[in-house]
Amino acid sequence: MLIKTVFSGFGGQGVIMMGYLLATAGMYEEKNVTCLPSYGAEVRGGTANCTVVISTEEIASPVASEPEFAVLMNNPSLFRFQNQVQSGGTIFLNSSMIESRPIRGDLEIYEVPVNDLAKKLSGNKGSNIIMLGAFIKKTGVVSFETMTHALKEIFGAKNPSIFKSNKAALQLGYDYLD
Amino acid sequence: MASALLSAQKLPLRCIVPKVLMRGNHVVGEAAVRAGCRFYFGYPITPQNEVPEYMSERLSKVEGGVFIQAESEVASIHMVIGASMAGGRAMTSSSGPGISLKQEGISFLSALELPAVIVNMSRGGPGLGNIAPSQSDYFQATRGGGHGDYRNIVLAPNSCQELADLTYEAFNLADKYRTPVIILGDGMLGQMMEPVELPPEVQIKKLPHKDWTLTGAKGRPSRFLRSLILDPFEEEEHNWKLMRKYERITKEEVRWETSFADDSKLMVVAFGIAARIAKGAIKRLRDEGMKIGIIRPISLWPFPYKAIKELTKKVKHFFVFEMNMGQMLEDVKLALEGNGEVHFYGRPGGIILTPLEVSRVISSYYYQKRLG
Repeated sequence: MLIKTVFSGFGGQGVIMMGYLLATAGMYEEKNVTCLPSYGAEVRGGTANCTVVISTEEIASPVASEPEFAVLMNNPSLFRFQNQVQSGGTIFLNSSMIESRPIRGDLEIYEVPVNDLAKKLSGNKGSNIIMLGAFIKKTGVVSFETMTHALKEIFGAKNPSIFKSNKAALQLGYDYLD
Repeated sequence: MASALLSAQKLPLRCIVPKVLMRGNHVVGEAAVRAGCRFYFGYPITPQNEVPEYMSERLSKVEGGVFIQAESEVASIHMVIGASMAGGRAMTSSSGPGISLKQEGISFLSALELPAVIVNMSRGGPGLGNIAPSQSDYFQATRGGGHGDYRNIVLAPNSCQELADLTYEAFNLADKYRTPVIILGDGMLGQMMEPVELPPEVQIKKLPHKDWTLTGAKGRPSRFLRSLILDPFEEEEHNWKLMRKYERITKEEVRWETSFADDSKLMVVAFGIAARIAKGAIKRLRDEGMKIGIIRPISLWPFPYKAIKELTKKVKHFFVFEMNMGQMLEDVKLALEGNGEVHFYGRPGGIILTPLEVSRVISSYYYQKRLG
């Protein structure tokens, strides 16, 4: 098993955190993981992306040329990554912010209006975690329980209330897609 | 992010595996502190900025920890000289252009026989180049960019785990031989996150005693450390002394790793992150029945000349893959001493090839030479 996922969006949408969480959860499931945040000379509001590789074998390269999954949070991300995804791969797109749709017919596409869903949560936050919930539901890369554990370890140590609100966001995304 | 990771260090006690997901640059910092490093001096440059970021917070929480963001790279390496003279375990880090500026200090460290660890998360060059990962600093690291007849131990890790282990070991090697040790990473290794099992924390008081440090001469004869030796005979003797030390290092500290060497008709030679990518490519090609192996020098100086020469008994074809225009290639040719055939493939400028792309290049050479 070797699964490559790219997360992409504006700086500030939490794409690096999504990657960090997925890689942490993969680590808890005792798999080999790498997580490579994008490193351009970008300023705030520029594009950010993060590539996560999860594998049962040794990982050769943390760079994914043909990812199986792409999680796209804004329009520029769709244009940049839609042609890189493997044939038969899956795109999760933030339909609150992305108006156009991929022109390829060989991909599975899930639309999640994360910014609208976030309004249901207190503070109107956590759109990235909502997306992550939808992502693990459909891909099954890591289990819901492991992801909750990762959220607890990363956010709970600082502030239990942050963990609680993120767990609610994860559940909301997980339940959104059938 | 640094503070999030600092709190994450408590994780091993609670989570399923005793590992932490850490960024390469943070790994360097944490491993250094655990090895007893209490003095860090640096100046910002991408892609190693997370090292000083991490050290600024981490060292403030350790007894006797000193972090200084110096006014320049030149100042920071000379602060390392000072701390090392006083007996502390000291480190500095930078990337290509900054390491160039530190060369004077590295030459002085070598002349004064001072232990120090210098981390280079190299980037595309020459000049300011770019901030993408590159291996173009091989010559600078192994040949010494500074003046004079000196050598430095150069270690090239290819994963975050190895980065932790080698950084930790670097401090011991530096003290053992009284010499600077260079960790040659690259932008990718610094930026990527991987699960790491961190080494145990050393107790500074239990480290071997140094009988040459400048700590105040109260109650003992004064000591003197200098690199200016005007008498040529005396300087010659000093050079011989250094050379004997370097010979000892080349006997005792050569490190390398081979995979799939037994039945191979073609051996790939690569170091650092390029070796990792090449290994992925070789696994692909092995599945197709091609007999290809890899040797990865871990210590770039001392270089595993003998190990490569040894391979020529069984293998005639060597394929050197680097993320530069052929620098380690020269050492491979020196190792082969005219035996075997060498082919080179490299991409400079910060291009990161995928294992698939590398496998295409290797397999076309393999068939061209009618090895399969």
